[in-house]
Amino acid sequence: MSVPFYVSPEQVIKDKADFAQKGIARGRSVIVMQSVGGIVLVAENPSHTLHKVSEIYDKIAFAAVGKYNEFENMRVAGVRLADMRGYSYDRSDVTGRSLANAYATTLGTIFTETQKPYEVEIVVAEVGEDLASDQIYRLRFDGSVADERAFVAMGGSAEELTSELGRRWRPDLDLTAALQLCVSALSKVGAHPEQIPVNQLEVAILEREKPRRKFVRLNEDRLTTELGSEVSPASTSTAAEDTPGESGGDVGVSDVSGENEPEV
Amino acid sequence: MAVPGGLPSEYLTSTTASFSEFLRTHNPDLLPSRDLASGDAVDHGHLAPHGTTIVAAAYADGVILAGDRRATMGNVIAQRDIEKIFAADEFTGVGIAGSAGIAVDMVRLFQVELEHYEKIESAQLSIQGKANRLATLLRGNLGLAMQGLAAVPLMAGYDLAGERGRIFSYDVTGGRYEEHAFHAIGSGGYFARGSLKKLHSSEQKRSEAIQVALQAIYDAADDDSATGGPDLTRQIFPKIATITADGFAFVEQAEMEQQVTHMMQGRRERPDGPMASTGGA
Repeated sequence: MSVPFYVSPEQVIKDKADFAQKGIARGRSVIVMQSVGGIVLVAENPSHTLHKVSEIYDKIAFAAVGKYNEFENMRVAGVRLADMRGYSYDRSDVTGRSLANAYATTLGTIFTETQKPYEVEIVVAEVGEDLASDQIYRLRFDGSVADERAFVAMGGSAEELTSELGRRWRPDLDLTAALQLCVSALSKVGAHPEQIPVNQLEVAILEREKPRRKFVRLNEDRLTTELGSEVSPASTSTAAEDTPGESGGDVGVSDVSGENEPEV
Repeated sequence: MAVPGGLPSEYLTSTTASFSEFLRTHNPDLLPSRDLASGDAVDHGHLAPHGTTIVAAAYADGVILAGDRRATMGNVIAQRDIEKIFAADEFTGVGIAGSAGIAVDMVRLFQVELEHYEKIESAQLSIQGKANRLATLLRGNLGLAMQGLAAVPLMAGYDLAGERGRIFSYDVTGGRYEEHAFHAIGSGGYFARGSLKKLHSSEQKRSEAIQVALQAIYDAADDDSATGGPDLTRQIFPKIATITADGFAFVEQAEMEQQVTHMMQGRRERPDGPMASTGGA
């Protein structure tokens, strides 16, 4: 019987982290941003059915990048946790903080105790009464959690986006201005030569003033209206038709295409 | 891999999009309907307040759902302003008759059930799907129903696919029946149905449909002691909701006051309410 090679724990952790980071960096980006009218969630996502931003509960939304099957698993578990809590206590007792904690613990355990860590990065956003009471939690693949302000950018172009948004974000942006900022920043770093067509975007908002369920998904028509002249409407962008799986040089679709199928 | 503070493993591994199914498997104590002590064949109906008349009727834009405001315990009025009409989701409403506590819990679970499915599947259930889910929840209460604590819903919703209002009635065993045009349940339901039979038409406009539902509840309250009519001194009026392509909306208090005033004027002249044409021979 051969003696297995000794690998130091530091090396194991580092290898796992490198692996997860690489997976996440392959995906397209998602931005979550605070504005006066609420929290804006914008993803570059050619799929209309495999969502990267979703509703969790009345005031809470979920955004993720990375491997679709892994973050989808986390999203569904989050919906279950929120609905269970709201049903057994009260709707007002469901908080983003407790959900972020549950995600953090779970991701941390998966990272340390399994061979393959989750290749995901998640944002849990909870809209409050005003800008100061909004909560945005960013969760990393190893379970580390950060309390963010203003905006969060995740995915392949996270660093470029963060520096771009850092220069342009202001606390007095309204919903439309925040949306336009997100789209213009994503366009700047993306593979597209000009603005991202509306049909390549997935956009949702947590509307501060809306009663009860504040999560609203914006369809193409509404998005075109909101963005005004900022972005060319879907009709004029037929050349940018981008079916997942055949997007040529674009390597940023590991989360929606079949090229990186989930292992069983 | 359950870790304290983390997501329990069943949250990550369960495959159901149904909240009640998830509860039944992993947290059955939270289900509203569990049987009382087994073998107990006593009627416990007198222990809890009862809600009474619910009316649903199709009209030009969709469907209307109305309920009186009285809850009774035997011969005592337990509550004068109870609400028995609920929005189950954006396009569905439920009215409840029977044991109030059990009915309210059932509606609460039904609301979570629909929202849960919508969030997990990123799609709304069809209206038949919603009606079937409600039947399943109702069947779970059969044990209690046998012991006198029955609750029966009346579901009304707007069918986005068929572009019309639809009404589903139920029996205590979970039997589900689609009604055409109108239906009424509860102890005053028979009287309300008689009234609707003479006054209702599916082509009626919104204001007319509200008036007809109001008349039906008045007729139920007229002949059934457990149904409450409009309480003019306290300004407590029946609760009425419309469900159309624009969604579920309660009729505002001010409009209800107008409608009630109109009805009462007519009733002062003819206490039995509007007379239907005999058609003649």
